[in-house]
Amino acid sequence: MMILQLAFRSLWSRKFTSSLTVFSIALSMLLLVGVNRIRKGTQVGFEGTLSQTDLIVGPRGGSLPLLLYSVFHIGTANNNISYATYQHFAHHPAVLWTIPISMGDSHRGFRVVATDDNFYEHYRYRGDNSLALAQGSRPEGIFDAVLGSTVASQLHYHLGQKIVLSHGLEGSFLKHTADPYTVVGILKRTATPVDRAIYITLLGDEAMHLGWEHGAPPLNPIPESQIHASDLHIDEISAFLLRTKSRIGTLFLQREINTYKPEPLTAIIPALTLEDLWSVLSAADVALTLVSAAVLIVGLMVMLTALYTALNERRREIAILRTLGLHARQIFTLIILESTLISALGALIGVAAAYAVLFLVRVPVENNYGIPLAMVGISSRVVYYVIAAVGAGTLLGFIPAIRAYRNALVDGLNAG
Amino acid sequence: MEPVLESSEAIHLQNVVFGYDRRNPVLHVEELIVKTGKRVFLYGPSGSGKTTLLGLITGILQPQSGSCKVLGQEMTRMSMSARDQLRGSEIGYIFQSLNLIPYLTVQQNVALPCHIHARRRKNIVAPTVNEEVQRLINRLELDTHIDRGVKKLSTGQQQRVAIARAIIGKPRLVIADEPTSSLDTDRQQAFLELLFEVCDEAKATLVFVSHDRSLMTRFDEQIALSEVSRVSA
Repeated sequence: MMILQLAFRSLWSRKFTSSLTVFSIALSMLLLVGVNRIRKGTQVGFEGTLSQTDLIVGPRGGSLPLLLYSVFHIGTANNNISYATYQHFAHHPAVLWTIPISMGDSHRGFRVVATDDNFYEHYRYRGDNSLALAQGSRPEGIFDAVLGSTVASQLHYHLGQKIVLSHGLEGSFLKHTADPYTVVGILKRTATPVDRAIYITLLGDEAMHLGWEHGAPPLNPIPESQIHASDLHIDEISAFLLRTKSRIGTLFLQREINTYKPEPLTAIIPALTLEDLWSVLSAADVALTLVSAAVLIVGLMVMLTALYTALNERRREIAILRTLGLHARQIFTLIILESTLISALGALIGVAAAYAVLFLVRVPVENNYGIPLAMVGISSRVVYYVIAAVGAGTLLGFIPAIRAYRNALVDGLNAG
Repeated sequence: MEPVLESSEAIHLQNVVFGYDRRNPVLHVEELIVKTGKRVFLYGPSGSGKTTLLGLITGILQPQSGSCKVLGQEMTRMSMSARDQLRGSEIGYIFQSLNLIPYLTVQQNVALPCHIHARRRKNIVAPTVNEEVQRLINRLELDTHIDRGVKKLSTGQQQRVAIARAIIGKPRLVIADEPTSSLDTDRQQAFLELLFEVCDEAKATLVFVSHDRSLMTRFDEQIALSEVSRVSA
């Protein structure tokens, strides 16, 4: 106990070098834990965005792009699937519900998603959470729009606001100026990409593109007042989400969709495709972890240098402690305790900082990059990192400690 | 630890040979006796092996051969930690300078022996260690500096703190290695006076080592290191 107090006071007397060493270890722990936690946070965030959906169906193509554009609004859909095909599977006996999704337009950087009532009815995230309206109602009319909570809060939109949608993604100069939409509802916050989109009806999507068959605005746009639901029919959608009546049915249905003759389709199981995504990203994760580990080693080396060089100035101190009856092994313990204290303090500050950073960046990251980042707790990996850092710090402490022990025996009273 | 028999000899060295390596002994003491309760002046020019001799007496060093009895115990037959124990609990030590742990306050420096050794704690006069420290600090006129860092003290003040730490908990033997050589002549006398007084109060044997013979008349006994020790070349 007395040795521990001595170690504390000794470190405190060298506040400047001690805090620099603690800082360098804390910084490397911040990197190490931060990389791990952000990866885990992203995983949890992605996995929480969509639940209870067994299959995502889109045109024939890569499964990862399909997952990313249909659920996370990352990337674009290149092809569509026919509405007839959608109808076929929507009424398939093995299917419990479907949510159609049609995309391609945007409003001031936010995606516009055309869907139907099933979306509000059946969409689930983080287990069994369903969508709810904070204000207003679901879109009924062709020119009704519902805003995700982030869209509403960032653009300061309110119910009744008229908005103009752009063709394609952000910055497009092709605007559907002829057909302004009216905000009729605002969704409650879900902390998923759902918050970052504007939802219209499937017919509304068709209405917007009425006369756009050649990919450019019609020369004589039809005024909003003259468009009626009965004039419109839905040709295509981008993709749809689907839930089967039984889990066993999922695999059979996936096979059936993938081999569907009338139209080439891709059906993916979201959880499995996410696994693919993580395995793609794991190489980057390993690289970042190795770099962080290297930084930790540098931090520990800084500590070793600081403790070792201080030993020369401390020969007199050691001689005094010896005359006071401290055993040479207690001198050894004193130095070891100092390295343990530094590395433990550095590790704890680093972990705390990593969580603070995660807490602070998660909303900006979600808002600016659309990447859902969940707050995640301490994992066994973080505990291992802390144990490894403190263990390595203590082990490195053996080097100056052994020298101090030798000095204690050899120098005797001559030191200083 | 074996029971300590009251002996009339605080230190008794016989045929002690010591060298940092076996072939080159740097110190050879045929006989050195310090009687209990005496103030002994041990004279030796610098480089004559004084500090090495003190290392042997305090049990920090072990002789290659010979007998080294301190406070009735045969050091050569004790384990290293038993010697550490004896030194810490029964011997007070004062260096020439820089006696204090730089990162502790005056109070913490003086109290240190009591925190390390139960025997030193048991022997204090005041009811608690803190009060005993306060008493010694008052005694040595260091009152206003008790909670200060030791680096801010003058050399003379530091040496007085060193006395307080050496004497707290009444060790039976006090060893001072050139404690006055960092002080000017006026202060040397005052320091010596104070050291004698507190050693008397604690009934401690005092071994005072110096190269400065001007102080030796004030001691009960004077021993020249050159007379007891033969340094082999």
